[in-house]
Amino acid sequence: MTDHGLLFNAFLYLSAAVIAVPTAKRLGLGSVLGYLLAGVVIGPWGLGLITNVQDILHFSEFGVVLLLFLIGLELDPQRLWSLHKPILGLGGAQVLGTILVILILGVLCGLDFNTALVAGMGLSLSSTALALQTLTEKNLLPTPMGNAGFSVLLFQDIAVIPMLAFIPLLVAGAAAEGGPNVLLAVIKVLAVIAAIVVGGRYLTRPIFRIVARTRLRELFTAFSLLLVIGIALLMEAVGLSMALGTFLAGVVLAESEYRHALETDIDPVKGLLMGLFFIGVGMSVDFGLLLQHPLLVAGLVAGLILVKLAILFALGRYFGLPPSQIPLFAFLLAAGGEFAFVLFSVAAGDGVIDHTVAAILVVVVALSMMVTPLLALLNERVIEPRYTILGKPPADEIRGESNPVIIAGFGRVGQIVGRLLHANNIPTTLLDHDPDQIEMTRTFGFKVFYGDASRVDLLQAAGADQARIIVLAIDDRQALLEMADLVRKNFPHLRVIARAWDMIHLFDLMDHGVGRIYRETFDAALAMGQEVMRELGYGAYEARRAAQRFVEHDLETISRLYAVRDKSLAERISVSTQAREELEKLMESDEESLLAQREAGWG
Amino acid sequence: MKPAILVIFVHPYPRRSRVNRAMVEAIRDLPHVTVHDLYEAYPDFNIDVKYEQALLRRHEVIVFQHPMYWYSAPALLKEWLDVVLEFGFAYGPTGTALYGKEWVQAISTGNAADTYQPDARNRFTVAEFLRPFEQTVRLCGMIYRPPFLIQGVYQADVGQIGRCADKYRDFLDHYPLPQATRNPVAY
Repeated sequence: MTDHGLLFNAFLYLSAAVIAVPTAKRLGLGSVLGYLLAGVVIGPWGLGLITNVQDILHFSEFGVVLLLFLIGLELDPQRLWSLHKPILGLGGAQVLGTILVILILGVLCGLDFNTALVAGMGLSLSSTALALQTLTEKNLLPTPMGNAGFSVLLFQDIAVIPMLAFIPLLVAGAAAEGGPNVLLAVIKVLAVIAAIVVGGRYLTRPIFRIVARTRLRELFTAFSLLLVIGIALLMEAVGLSMALGTFLAGVVLAESEYRHALETDIDPVKGLLMGLFFIGVGMSVDFGLLLQHPLLVAGLVAGLILVKLAILFALGRYFGLPPSQIPLFAFLLAAGGEFAFVLFSVAAGDGVIDHTVAAILVVVVALSMMVTPLLALLNERVIEPRYTILGKPPADEIRGESNPVIIAGFGRVGQIVGRLLHANNIPTTLLDHDPDQIEMTRTFGFKVFYGDASRVDLLQAAGADQARIIVLAIDDRQALLEMADLVRKNFPHLRVIARAWDMIHLFDLMDHGVGRIYRETFDAALAMGQEVMRELGYGAYEARRAAQRFVEHDLETISRLYAVRDKSLAERISVSTQAREELEKLMESDEESLLAQREAGWG
Repeated sequence: MKPAILVIFVHPYPRRSRVNRAMVEAIRDLPHVTVHDLYEAYPDFNIDVKYEQALLRRHEVIVFQHPMYWYSAPALLKEWLDVVLEFGFAYGPTGTALYGKEWVQAISTGNAADTYQPDARNRFTVAEFLRPFEQTVRLCGMIYRPPFLIQGVYQADVGQIGRCADKYRDFLDHYPLPQATRNPVAY
C-alpha cells in the first residue's frame, strides 16, 4: 500500500482535507488543526495510506513560499520600513532570548553544548505557516498584535539563513573554510536581491500588461506562478531562503496595479499547498517515538511551550502590546516551526547532533504545532472573554482593508459615479478589465482591481464581503446581467445599483431582481428637453417641474409595461424590434397622460 | 437721490400670471431697481445664501413681489426666509446686516379687496394674513411698510392690468411716495 499513482494520492489528500477541515471548522478548531488531524489519520501512524512523508513535506513547503509572496504583496516598502523596529527589536529579542534560555536549560539538563545550541536555534523558530494562516483567517494582521507576530516571524525567516550557515561551523575543523567563498556568496546574494528589486519594478509591469491584454485568464495565472517559481529557484540557486526571496518580490510588486489580480490567482494554489503542508506535518509525527518515550516527549513539548510562552509574554509586555492581545500573540508563536525540521535534519546530517535526538526534537516540534492551535482556541474561548468582561474595550483598531463602495466598470458611467464619490471623500474600490482605463486612477487614491469583474474571487479580493454597495457599470449588457446574479448569490448583503442601457435592458435587469436601475442616457436627455423648454420661454422652475412630472409618469409607464410584458415574445424578437415596440407603447402613454394639461390653480 | 431697491420676484409660473409678469416687465428698466427672479434662479430650491445676502446688503429697500398663495407667499419665498435670514446675519447679537432697511411686499390677490374683511369670505384682512412677515421684519430690525396691493386680478381686463403695471412702476420710481397716494389699488 505504498506506491500509489499520483492521481490516487491526490484523491487521498483532497478527500482527507475535504472531510477533516469542515469538521474541524464546525467544531471551532480552525482549518490548520483540521489539516493536521487529516495528516495524522492518513499518515503512517494512522491508516498508513501514505508513507513518503518527507517528499510531500518538501513539495508542499512551496505553499509557505507562496504564502510569503502573498504577504509581501500586502506590504508595500513603506509599510515594511515602518516595521523595521519591531522586526529587529522584538524579533531579535525573541530568537536570541529563546536560544539562550534553551541553551542554558539544555546544558543544565546534561546535554552537550552543541546539541543544546542547535536545539535552541531550531526551537526558537515558530511556524510562519501556522501563525500566519491563523492571523489571516481571523483578519488579525492589521492589529498591533498581528504586526508584532508578523515581525517576529519575518525575523525568524531571515534568521534561518545564518543559522543554517552556522551549523557546519559547529563541526570541528570546518571553521577553517570560507574566506573568498563567503565574499563571493555575499556578492551573489546582493546581486540577486538587486535583480529582484529592479526587475520587479521595471520589467514585470510591461510583461504583465502584455499578458493581461491577451485577456486569457489562465495565461495570467500561468505567468504569476512562473514568476514566483522562477524567483524561488533563483534564490535557491544562490543559497537563500525561497520564502524570503518571494517575499521580497511580493513587496516589490505590492505597488503594482496587478497586485490584486496576482493575489486572486495565487491564493487558491497557496491554500492547497499550505493544506498539503499541514497534512504533511500531521503525518510526520512519529508516534512510535512518542510511545517509546511518552513522558520525555510530553515533558519536552510542555517545557518548550512554557518557555516560549514565558518569553513571548514578557516581550509582549515590554514592547507595549495591548494586554488583551498578548495571550494570542504568545500562543500563536509558542509552537515550533517548519524550519526546525530543516535545521534538525541538516544538523543531524552534518553530525552535529545525534540522529535520535533529532528525531525526538522533530516529534516535539510537530506535536507542539498540533497543540498550539488548541491553545489558541483555549485563549479565544477562555482568556480573551475575560478581558472583555473586565470592561477593557478591544484596543486594537482593525484597519479597514475594504471600502464601502465598489464600482464595477470604470467607463463612461462608472467614471462619473466614481468622481462624485471621490469629490466627497468616499473611499471607493474600482474594478475594470481594461488596465489602461484604471492605471491612472490609482494615483488619486482609488483602490483599483484589474480583472474580470464577473469573477467571484476578484470581487472577494476587492472586499465585496465588507462593502455595502456595488455599482454595476460595466459596458456589456449581458455580462452586467450575469454579474447581478453573481452578486445576489454570493454577496446578498450588497446593495446593487445598476446601469441600464435602455428600456429593454431595464426590463432584463428587473427580471434579474435588481431594484435600483438607472438608464444611462435618461437624465441627460431629460435635462436637454428641459433646456429646450426654457429656450422656448418656459420659466426655469416650470421646465424643472415639467421634467419632474415626466419622470413620475415615465416610471409609472415602465412598471405598467413591465407588468404586461410578454417575456416569451421578448426572448424571440430582436432587441431593436422590442425597442421599437416599447417606444410605440411609451408614446401612446405619453399622449394619454395629463402632462400637457394646464395646471389649474393660483396664477 | 433714489434709494437702491431690490425687487425679489417670486412666482413659480410667470408665463401663466396675469398681472405679475406685466408688473415686473414694467420696472426692469428703472436704474435704481434690481429685479431678482427667485424661481428662475433656483428651480431646484437650492438657494445661494451668500449671493442673496450680498444682494440684500447692497440695497436699502427690499420689495417682495409675489401672488398671494394660500394666504401667504409661494413656497420658495418661505425657503428663502429660512435659509437667507441666518442667525448672525439677520438676527442675533451680531445679526445687524438688515438694520434700518425697508421691507415692502407687492402682492396680487385673485379676489377683490372687499372679500378680505371679517364678514366676507376670506374672513381676515390682508394685513392680518401678513402678520408673520411683519414680525419677521421687526425681528430683523427692518422697517415694515404696508404692502402694495393689487386685488381682484381675476376680474381685471388688459387695460386695467396695464394701468396697474404703470402704477407699480410709478410707486418704485418715486419711492417713497407720500402716504396718501399709497392706498391699495382696487378693481
